[in-house]
Amino acid sequence: MCLSLPGQLVERRGSAGVADVDGNRVEVDLSLLDDVDAGDWVLVHAGFAIQRYDEAEALATLRAVREALGAAAEPVPGPHPRP
Amino acid sequence: MQLQNRFRDPTLVRELAGRIRAAASHRETYTFMEVCGTHTQAIARWGLRELLPDHVRLVSGPGCPVCVTPGGYIDQAARLAMDGDAVVATFGDLLRVPGDTTSLEAARTAGGDVRVVYAPTEALALARKLDREVVFLAIGFETTAAGNAAAVRAAREANLTGLSFYAAMRRVPPVLDALVRDPQVRLDGFLLPGHVSAVLGRGPYRFLEERGVPGVIVGFEPVDILRGVEALLGAVNRGAADVENLYPRAVPEAGNPQALALFDRVFTAEDAVWRGIGEIPGSGYGLAQDWRDLDAAARFGLGPLQARMPAGCQCAPVLKGMILPQECPLFATACTPEHPVGPCMVSREGSCAAHYRYRAS
Repeated sequence: MCLSLPGQLVERRGSAGVADVDGNRVEVDLSLLDDVDAGDWVLVHAGFAIQRYDEAEALATLRAVREALGAAAEPVPGPHPRP
Repeated sequence: MQLQNRFRDPTLVRELAGRIRAAASHRETYTFMEVCGTHTQAIARWGLRELLPDHVRLVSGPGCPVCVTPGGYIDQAARLAMDGDAVVATFGDLLRVPGDTTSLEAARTAGGDVRVVYAPTEALALARKLDREVVFLAIGFETTAAGNAAAVRAAREANLTGLSFYAAMRRVPPVLDALVRDPQVRLDGFLLPGHVSAVLGRGPYRFLEERGVPGVIVGFEPVDILRGVEALLGAVNRGAADVENLYPRAVPEAGNPQALALFDRVFTAEDAVWRGIGEIPGSGYGLAQDWRDLDAAARFGLGPLQARMPAGCQCAPVLKGMILPQECPLFATACTPEHPVGPCMVSREGSCAAHYRYRAS
């Protein structure tokens, strides 16, 4: 029930917005997050953006894992372009 | 999302499994508990137990909010709908869950008005549209409680007098504390719930360090979970009890300060019953005094909840990680997802249901 999915904000209108979650456009309530805007990734749970989803941290984590494992896996590309 | 998929990279998974095997050499057994239904499902779905040596045991704790919601809560909510006192708005997960005597689905079949909503804000929209009392079933851990709190605030701001909230939210840190204090329960570490932590941050788990039990906040992909297991093994081997955050892409150190401030304003921590476990001090969120006009329990005179369990059901030791679901004599015989006896089998995220769904056939 705590399933939350990362989605990319497509638009923000006051405390509401629309996010692209796995290709689906969903309405999200943004009243629990300040200063997120179109292009930002957020974690969506039960209609609310409950947190930012930080791409740079995701890439840093993948890099750290690869380094720890002696770079066995394929290299990690840079961040995705924003719309 | 492509980036998520990179945390499923089979090469990384294999390498991590190898490192875990090498690190698991200091003790006869290591027992780690995950306390999140989404972790339970991910571990079963990706077959992660099979990648670990037998003496590294992953057990499922009370991580399914639907499963730990007391049966009496469901009965009272069903009665509100059946008696025509209110339209009951609920997350879909709760619909099929048997209470002690009935279910919301049975209430709906009997003519009660039970509406499934995806978000708590949809209950506000219902209250605006309908000329009837609407009761929203506000359950869930901190992840879900954040949106519930925002909905309570929005209902007050909109002066929606026809809407109230039947609160039975549960807080994760107090149940972890109860588990580590329970002399029957032996755990070497926790895989901490990633999305509860997205709201809470790392601070509310730091008490584990004093209790000598390490914890890692991890995400939900195979690489996340295996890294967490590796970190816990390292901590146990070193004799350390750190609380580490391995999910920084979704969990800032301080969590979501706006949500936490809203909890302080709208909710009050209270002693609460967990189905299958019993009462745990300070482990629930109810509406704070100033918000009692929006409390369905007060408005409709709903009584206190008690801990009751069906005969023969081993959900309590399962939820405490003392036995695996398949060690319960009812598992997959009298108790199946189609005909659940106990709460751990009723939701997809329940320990028993996840084990059943992905068991070797």
